[in-house]
Amino acid sequence: MTGISEQFGREDWSRHTPKEKARRFGIFAVCALAVFWALGSIEIIWAWVWDSPSQMADLFGRMYPPDTSNLGSILRVLWETVNIATFATALAVIVSLPVAYIAAQNTTPNRATLWLGRLILVSSRSVNTIIWALLFVAIFGPGIVAGVVAIMFRSIGFIGKLLGEAIEEIDTRPVEALEATGASRFKVIAYAIVPQVMPTFWAVAILRWDINLRESTVLGLVGAGGIGIILQGAIDTFNWPEAATVLLAILALVVLGEIVSAFLRRRIL
Amino acid sequence: MLKITDLVKSYGGGAPVLKNLDLTIEGESVVSIIGSSGAGKSTLLRCINRLVEPTSGSIVLNGTELTSLKGRQLRAARRKIGMVFQGFNLVDRLTVMENVQSGRLGYISTWAAIMRRYPKEDIRRAYELMERVGIAQYANTRADQLSGGERQRVGVVRALMQEPEILLADEPTASLDPKTSEQIMGLLRDLAGELKLPVLINIHNVTEARKYTDRIVGMRFGRIIFDDLPDALDEEAMERIYSGSPHADRGGDLREAS
Amino acid sequence: MSQHPDTWRKPPFIANPLLRWAVYLGALAYFGWVAATMPIDWARVAQGIERAGRIFGGAFPPSFERGGLLIDGFLESLKIAILATVGGVALSIPIAFMAARNVAPLPVFYLGRAIIIIARSFHPVIVAIIFVKAVGFGPFAGVLTLVVYSIGFVAKMLAERIEEIDFGQVEAMRAAGAPYLSTLVYAIFPQIMPRQIGLTIYQLDSNLRASAVVGIVGAGGIGATLANAFGRYDYDFALAITIVIVAVILVSEAISGQIRKRIA
Repeated sequence: MTGISEQFGREDWSRHTPKEKARRFGIFAVCALAVFWALGSIEIIWAWVWDSPSQMADLFGRMYPPDTSNLGSILRVLWETVNIATFATALAVIVSLPVAYIAAQNTTPNRATLWLGRLILVSSRSVNTIIWALLFVAIFGPGIVAGVVAIMFRSIGFIGKLLGEAIEEIDTRPVEALEATGASRFKVIAYAIVPQVMPTFWAVAILRWDINLRESTVLGLVGAGGIGIILQGAIDTFNWPEAATVLLAILALVVLGEIVSAFLRRRIL
Repeated sequence: MLKITDLVKSYGGGAPVLKNLDLTIEGESVVSIIGSSGAGKSTLLRCINRLVEPTSGSIVLNGTELTSLKGRQLRAARRKIGMVFQGFNLVDRLTVMENVQSGRLGYISTWAAIMRRYPKEDIRRAYELMERVGIAQYANTRADQLSGGERQRVGVVRALMQEPEILLADEPTASLDPKTSEQIMGLLRDLAGELKLPVLINIHNVTEARKYTDRIVGMRFGRIIFDDLPDALDEEAMERIYSGSPHADRGGDLREAS
Repeated sequence: MSQHPDTWRKPPFIANPLLRWAVYLGALAYFGWVAATMPIDWARVAQGIERAGRIFGGAFPPSFERGGLLIDGFLESLKIAILATVGGVALSIPIAFMAARNVAPLPVFYLGRAIIIIARSFHPVIVAIIFVKAVGFGPFAGVLTLVVYSIGFVAKMLAERIEEIDFGQVEAMRAAGAPYLSTLVYAIFPQIMPRQIGLTIYQLDSNLRASAVVGIVGAGGIGATLANAFGRYDYDFALAITIVIVAVILVSEAISGQIRKRIA
């Protein structure tokens, strides 16, 4: 009977080969280095860091109990925030349709439009809503127009990308069949493509609306309308109890929004 | 009448898939095309309604030259050609009625199409045809809830709603079980007689071809090598149609040319 | 031959007619009323087109003169993202276990879920403002903000993954008499590790994007540089910063996508 070391060339067992071990160690070392570099060179006053728990406790102490005296106007502005999100999402959805159409490889008329569509989607997605808001406040002045347009611009990229992917994944056989009946391009789209992407369309629209609810709560912080303005005002005047009320209202709004959107998405499917 | 003359189709620089084909379909016959895979049956059918672009040659349907048409004229010509597909090619999420009415898309306005306001005549005819083929009770059912045979019937009604001058069927029964397959073939044959419609069917089941069609065309690597009554299709003809390989054939071509 | 019907209507999506009309009218009323009562200063909007022209004119060509500031800002964002990812992921693991129905007792489960919901509901900018007020301006507030942001996403995803594990493996360990921690390491961790790594990389990418933005309210990073540029009407510098942000996002998305594809 041959021994283990004769059969397998070794007497021990380990999970990784030496080469794998070296690679895993390498990756770990790189990550650790990155973390140490970040820790070492970041401009933080470490005295403040150790102080922070007590600072946070202090802050939360000042927020309690929340001051509900202004609840009426807070809720009114919260409603305005919801409207900003809803309108902007609706507009974005409408604009995304043609953009998604030209950004999908199987429906775009030519390479130039494909490139254009993809460019629009990428730039829309890569610029954060807040940055768009900064730009539009500079253009349109403070107010909800800047907010609506900012959310709209950001949403077009999100919706358009997902919609474009859905269009690229359709079953092309009905398209072929309807072309064979002599229907015009537009009718072929309406009958063979649109029904196939409808479920995705609604799911994406509702999802983005949910995300936009969250986004629109901060538009006011850069002057673009919504409840952010009240929050900023409360914080600037160190009115922590009122700020706490606003935060709770925002929490309630977002949670409600999630419940509604989950419900709608379940019904659509 | 459909008259195909000297049809050639080649993809890129490769050997032609269809080689100088001549075929004439008169009046109300049911013609089947048989041949092994790669013989070019599907390509031939698709060249007729230009789903595949012919490289050269002429296709004339009832006096209209199809190969040179573009845009609106091509769409108008396609309205006159009905097609039934192997995969049924229905819009799964739409109801049977909508699928059937999509055969009329070439005839109704865009607004009517989007709003689903179909002309009364079309609705009546749809119900008539659906009852004839046995699916009238599914008018409001989503297409993806039907069985294979039922879906193919929807496909047939859609094609007939176009009031076509010719019906093309590309392996209409390949995805169906044997019993349903025979039902569909029988349906096609009967409808051809009732509506006085020429029908061209790609099929790989030779028994069904013999039983349900009036004329059999046998293709082999892009050429028609048999064109006769079903009774004339004997062992020797079958051997010619279904055996061999492209290489051997090309060798034959070269020998002929030299 | 029976008479065939000549009219047809498509069965509507909402079957109940009362509900259907209520939804249509409700939607119409909502959009109409809100659109009419929205506080929009149309005069200012009209001016906007002209202002847009001036801004874009001032923004081109983008100015990289103060490139040093740009690089500093970007590096700070990178550091914030790295530290926040490490901290956030580290905290997410215990919180995820707390929020997984199949490994946590009920009260702990509720607590875990509550933590995640609160972490997710507030936009990072709001969280940033609060931390800035609590611990002062600078990147520390940014790190704390993004730790919360990371927990909101990573802990949620991880908890879902934990709820989906094959419990048979845990049972086998228990049957063999393994202590709790060993069961964790041998039966649960290997099942969640691949997802964990993917999430970490995704979150690093996410944090890098977000760190560009929290700076706008004073939490450090390139966002602060951007807000300053806007405030001083340095639109050409602002454009340069934005271009860099977009480029960084695209590169980081591509890299993280590649890595995640490799390990999948």
